[in-house]
Amino acid sequence: MNIWLAIGLTVVGCYAVKLAGLLVPAGVLERPLVRRLAALLPVALLAALTAQQAFADGRALVLDARAAGLAAAAVALLLRAPFLLVVAAAVLVTAGARALGG
Amino acid sequence: MTSAGSGLSLLQTCALSLLVFTGASQFALVGALAAGGGAVTAAAGAFFLGVRNAFYGLRLSQLLALPRVVRPFAAQWVIDETTAVSLAQPTRRAARIGFLVTGLSLYVLWNLTTLLGALGADAIGDTKAWGLDAAGPAVFLALLAPMLRTGTERAVAALAVLLGLGLLPVLPAGVPVLVAALAAPLVLWAHGRGIASRGDVEERR
Repeated sequence: MNIWLAIGLTVVGCYAVKLAGLLVPAGVLERPLVRRLAALLPVALLAALTAQQAFADGRALVLDARAAGLAAAAVALLLRAPFLLVVAAAVLVTAGARALGG
Repeated sequence: MTSAGSGLSLLQTCALSLLVFTGASQFALVGALAAGGGAVTAAAGAFFLGVRNAFYGLRLSQLLALPRVVRPFAAQWVIDETTAVSLAQPTRRAARIGFLVTGLSLYVLWNLTTLLGALGADAIGDTKAWGLDAAGPAVFLALLAPMLRTGTERAVAALAVLLGLGLLPVLPAGVPVLVAALAAPLVLWAHGRGIASRGDVEERR
């Protein structure tokens, strides 16, 4: 029962915040400052998430094979490689670095 | 998936994926319950991880301009991946298609893999050995890259990385990413001050 309670609370809470963002009236969003802010917020969130997924293990910061994979992805992006190639480069380099004892 | 190993039933595990559909929140909830946390504490942690979706919604609602009736249904798909794909599209039409395709395919895949995982498909083995855990950050990086056009955007990204990593060891899970979002108003504010002070100098002349 306890678990269902936790699931219920999470379902309602997570859905509410998703909907809240979509329901903000368009008038508010047309103000230039709000527009710029709304455009920059995903940049900040994605950058932080990318870094955390690459360098975090739980709550500890680590430098492991994923860093090599991310670097490979960055190089592929600079070379204007297509999306799937970028991801494949990251996966292959990470697996390779681990196989070599990373 | 991990949740099957921490005391959740098959039904509970699948309900999470179907109804919450925010990976980070699901893992946080399951982790907290497995660690013996209370229902409310566990749900609060998961909620914090989900708050960033509200910011995504802000941006998506002006980009997609969805009819009011559709919004409650679209809301469930407002997550990292759909936002990033929609933002990368050049036109509103393409952004809407991107949102729909990403949302649908992720929703189906996520719930299928949850079911398979909960049924005990340990056969896949350790995803880490295959380097698959690097796919996540690579996808995010690929989606982020086209957004970094100007110095302002690069400054926001750099500051967000510093905040997100620097605060990770000291704040509860999910909070560092939210604090990192502050990079956007901070950089805008600093940028605005820069323009204002330059304007002053020109006026004095």
